[in-house]
Amino acid sequence: MIRKVLNVFITVAKGLKLTLGHFFAATESRKVKAISDPNYFAQNSGITTIQYPHVQLPIPEVGRYQLDVEMDDCIVCDLCAKICPVDCIDIESIKSIEAIGKTSDGTTKRLYAAKFDIDMAKCMYCGLCTVVCPTECLVMTDTYDRSMIDLNEMTYKFSDMTAAEADEKRFALEKLNAERFAAKELALQQNTGNKI
Amino acid sequence: MNFYLTYVLVASALFAFTALFTLFALYSERKISAFIQDRLGPMEVGKYGSLQAFADILKMLQKEFIIPTAADKILFILAPIIIFVSVYLGFAALPWAPGLIPASLNLGIFYIFAVLSIETLGILMAGWGSNNKYALLGSMRSVAQMVSYEIPTGLSILSVVMISQSLNLQEITIRQGILSSEAVNFLGIYDVKAIGGILSWNVFQAPHLIIAYIIYFIASLAECNRAPFDIPEAESELIGGFHVEYSGLRFAFIFLAEYSMMFLVGMIGVVLFLGGWNSPLPNMGSVSLANWTTGIGWGIFWILLKTLSVVAMQIWIRWTLPRFRVDQLMSLCWKVLTPLAFLCMLISGIWRLTMM
Ligand code: SF4
Ligand code: SF4
Repeated sequence: MIRKVLNVFITVAKGLKLTLGHFFAATESRKVKAISDPNYFAQNSGITTIQYPHVQLPIPEVGRYQLDVEMDDCIVCDLCAKICPVDCIDIESIKSIEAIGKTSDGTTKRLYAAKFDIDMAKCMYCGLCTVVCPTECLVMTDTYDRSMIDLNEMTYKFSDMTAAEADEKRFALEKLNAERFAAKELALQQNTGNKI
Repeated sequence: MNFYLTYVLVASALFAFTALFTLFALYSERKISAFIQDRLGPMEVGKYGSLQAFADILKMLQKEFIIPTAADKILFILAPIIIFVSVYLGFAALPWAPGLIPASLNLGIFYIFAVLSIETLGILMAGWGSNNKYALLGSMRSVAQMVSYEIPTGLSILSVVMISQSLNLQEITIRQGILSSEAVNFLGIYDVKAIGGILSWNVFQAPHLIIAYIIYFIASLAECNRAPFDIPEAESELIGGFHVEYSGLRFAFIFLAEYSMMFLVGMIGVVLFLGGWNSPLPNMGSVSLANWTTGIGWGIFWILLKTLSVVAMQIWIRWTLPRFRVDQLMSLCWKVLTPLAFLCMLISGIWRLTMM
């Protein structure tokens, strides 16, 4: 019985000592360091709180946060939209009548992106889209705190074309298709005419 | 006429004190708990978050009084008032300095003890009136706990009263320092009436009172529902216990009562065992520290210092120890504290007969 009571006091004293140690260690804060820092795990005492909006934990430039598309490099292949498990990438492509130009890695661009929307509210940050992108223009950035008043603002629109431009391209494509179709019809008629 | 004016003034001063103390304790509790857990605690409102408690109170004042439809309205509305008033009334008989006591009652400690038991009633009313199973469970536990722990508290208080031969708290305090008219014996042997200071405190006049004080301290934690005896509130299982249905100002009053209770039980302990407003500094030859540091201002200073240290201790314990189980709580009370308190009382009796 006495042993038990003594044990209670000893353990209580131990616990109190522990908390008191932490209390007095609170005069110092741990330095905010990036995980890449060799001394990241070396700080064992002091306050751990990072006062977030005022102080930020350094993160790698290519973190695993919000997506960004470099439109100049995008060949609008639609691979990212296809792989996305939650279907949050919405691409509408228009074929160009001629080669538009080259991306920075030398791939020829042949499609316009009339629409390139990523719904960040649906995205689960799996990163699959960045892996399949052939030109590596779709990357994850270090931006992680963005809040919107309106839910629609969570859909990031990356397409750099205006509606008028898109209509123009569409019209040009239709015209070209119509011309080609007419030429084909003509050729067909001539062919059949020759045979008869 | 003046008579009544003084009454009102004293009462409002005490109320202002409890309110201020609650705000202060709220802030310090959050800060201490944060530091213990390697956090910073409130930092945004005011410098180092110092206005956080005011902001919280302001928020509470604006809130709506919500009375659940199924609640027993009269009990529900009355409960916070009873809880607070019973604690607040307890302050009336506590001495602050030589000659400074709101009401110098001959039955001081007895009165406080009686008034504090009414709090139990308020808690039961709150729990029953809320018509909520968590509230009811919480209040049942609270009542069981408070009623049980009043026994060791009462017995340890009795062992002091037997040594001091008075129920008047002012009288008890005076007998622990240089202002005493009777002999003050350190450990019952050496006369330290002229020396005073820490040596003449009750715990050192009769060393078994140290055990009595520890019993009192543990039981007082249970009386004010503080961790490790916070099963009536048990946030993690009863989501707050008896006050779960309260909102706004009514909740604020329950809170006020809880923190005032902390101060109250701490102060009773200080008055009974740790010399009350007496200075801890002894007279040493020509350096008569005890004489210099006794007076109204000093008295308030010493009692505040001592009580706040006790409150800090309560907070520190809360953030260190885990919660008891109901059965552990009861067995600690009935199998350990109560017999020990009886023993202390017995020793007090023998001490009184043989040593004084
Ligand atoms: S990160 Fe994953 S979920 Fe988000 S857009 Fe890319 S593939 Fe879809
Ligand atoms: S996978 Fe890359 S290149 Fe293809 S559409 Fe998506 S972003 Fe553009």
